Amino acid sequence: MNTFLFIEAVDGILKRSSLELLTFSQKNKLDASVYVFGSLDSKNKSLVESYGIKTANSISCQGATSLDILTYLKSSNELQKKLIFASSNSFFKEFLPCLAVKHRSAIFTDVVSASLVGDALKIVKPLYAGKLNASYSTNLTNGAIVLFRSNQIPIESAQSSPSCVWSENKVSINSEKVKLIETLKSKSETADLTEANIIVSGGRGLKEAGNFSLLYDLAKTIGATVGASRAVVDAGWVPHEMQVGQTGKTVAPNLYFAIGVSGAIQHLAGMSSSKVIVAINSDANAPIFQKSTYGIVGDLFEVVPKLNNELKKVLGKA
Amino acid sequence: MKIGVIIKQVPDTETKLKISADQKSVDTTSIKWIINPYDEYALEEAVKFKEKNTAAQTVAFCLGPKSRSSDALRTALALGIDEAVVIDSDSSLDILQTAYVLSEAIKAEGDFTYIFAGRSSIDGNSFAVPQMVAEFLNYATLSCVSKIEYKDTGIIAHKEVEGGSKEVYQVNSPCLISVTKGLNTPRYASLPGIMKAKKKSIKELTAQAFVANFGSASSSLDSLNYPPDRPSGKLFTKDQVADLVQALVNEAKVL
Repeated sequence: MNTFLFIEAVDGILKRSSLELLTFSQKNKLDASVYVFGSLDSKNKSLVESYGIKTANSISCQGATSLDILTYLKSSNELQKKLIFASSNSFFKEFLPCLAVKHRSAIFTDVVSASLVGDALKIVKPLYAGKLNASYSTNLTNGAIVLFRSNQIPIESAQSSPSCVWSENKVSINSEKVKLIETLKSKSETADLTEANIIVSGGRGLKEAGNFSLLYDLAKTIGATVGASRAVVDAGWVPHEMQVGQTGKTVAPNLYFAIGVSGAIQHLAGMSSSKVIVAINSDANAPIFQKSTYGIVGDLFEVVPKLNNELKKVLGKA
Repeated sequence: MKIGVIIKQVPDTETKLKISADQKSVDTTSIKWIINPYDEYALEEAVKFKEKNTAAQTVAFCLGPKSRSSDALRTALALGIDEAVVIDSDSSLDILQTAYVLSEAIKAEGDFTYIFAGRSSIDGNSFAVPQMVAEFLNYATLSCVSKIEYKDTGIIAHKEVEGGSKEVYQVNSPCLISVTKGLNTPRYASLPGIMKAKKKSIKELTAQAFVANFGSASSSLDSLNYPPDRPSGKLFTKDQVADLVQALVNEAKVL
């Protein structure tokens, strides 16, 4: 089965999640072709080639809407009913489900593992924000589209000798039905919660909105993104895009700090697959401690500044 | 002008889920079913639209077992939705079949100017069905919308993207918009609304009739599993913050 990796460039650089896909392809000897959305600088093109990629299609999509990109992809014969891997993010989730309809392909989003077994593809994805895991299989008759969740595949470097044929294409901007007017950039410069390596989340234990500054200080020290529980989002302390949980974002960073978060089932569901969880809470019986790798039972207003100072010392930022 | 809303019933977020003996389904005996939280924003948007455009006709669609899905639709009617359509189905449809069946049920009700749906359901969380329904209907679509302004030929919509940024689009009608938290504040059903909803009829369709025209599932569920238990954690006192940091650096190696 011909296999394609859909990867992304931001300011010339490959996204981290795209490197995960390249690692996956190399490890599983998929012999995949890549479609690059955006343009890569020469160093990053070499990086793609180092994963043994033989054909690469560099697609300029400046100013194009998802509908324009969809129209471009639908017109491609080589993609018809093939196996496509992409990252599970808002960019791909907008148009790949529509491409799946066109090809009548099976489609899976938020996938945490995938394997090819003979002519079948098997994937695992969390359901109910991680309360359960589900295994699915598809026979690939109509191909399949698999969107991988970020932070699932440890990135490995590769050393294949470059022998890649690059082609350049451009998505035409002609959709009347959907037009991009403007992008309202967030002031935040940290990674999105779904892509972050470290997350510092706060809950009702912070007592009031202003105290989130404690978390922002800590996050700055360790390069983390700040998240929140549903309770404090509903209370209007922080915007809803910061919400972690079953009705917010499902996250799986390497390190997750739950600070003043008691651990409602729906919050736990959204963050339990984090690799290391640190809970700081004054209530020793808070359910969050059952999921945590490390915990401190104590007053967060005392512990968090101490923790921040200690981290600054150890990381050489004091 | 017709306004559609697609809703789904899901287990309440506080539910502890139990896998059935077949290892392929969830034991539903003690589940409390709710309307998918994101679909509540979709319902509210339709009801608000109707309040401003009284000639509009709002229709809610729910795919699922008739016996319980009707409860979700009854709630939709109580909130002010005009008509309700249940598409009776067991839960064995795959995602393509689901989107196809919904699109056919919508087609059977006529031409819609706007269709609203929640951005994802909190059970499968595929984040794909609304876009797929739109593709089957050949409607324009936009996902994860948190703000809508109505214009003569369509809408101006804010799509939430990673990192808290928003993309502003003009989307022509007819279109299917999947919505997220922040769009509006869903109302509660009023007592008169609930009483009126009891008297309304719910139109019944069956998924089977549509699926027969579409074909077999593209994928199958092999098994359900619980996530592995996390090993029990290590506790530190508030005076051992330095030890915690050492553990993060040297033991867990995450810093």
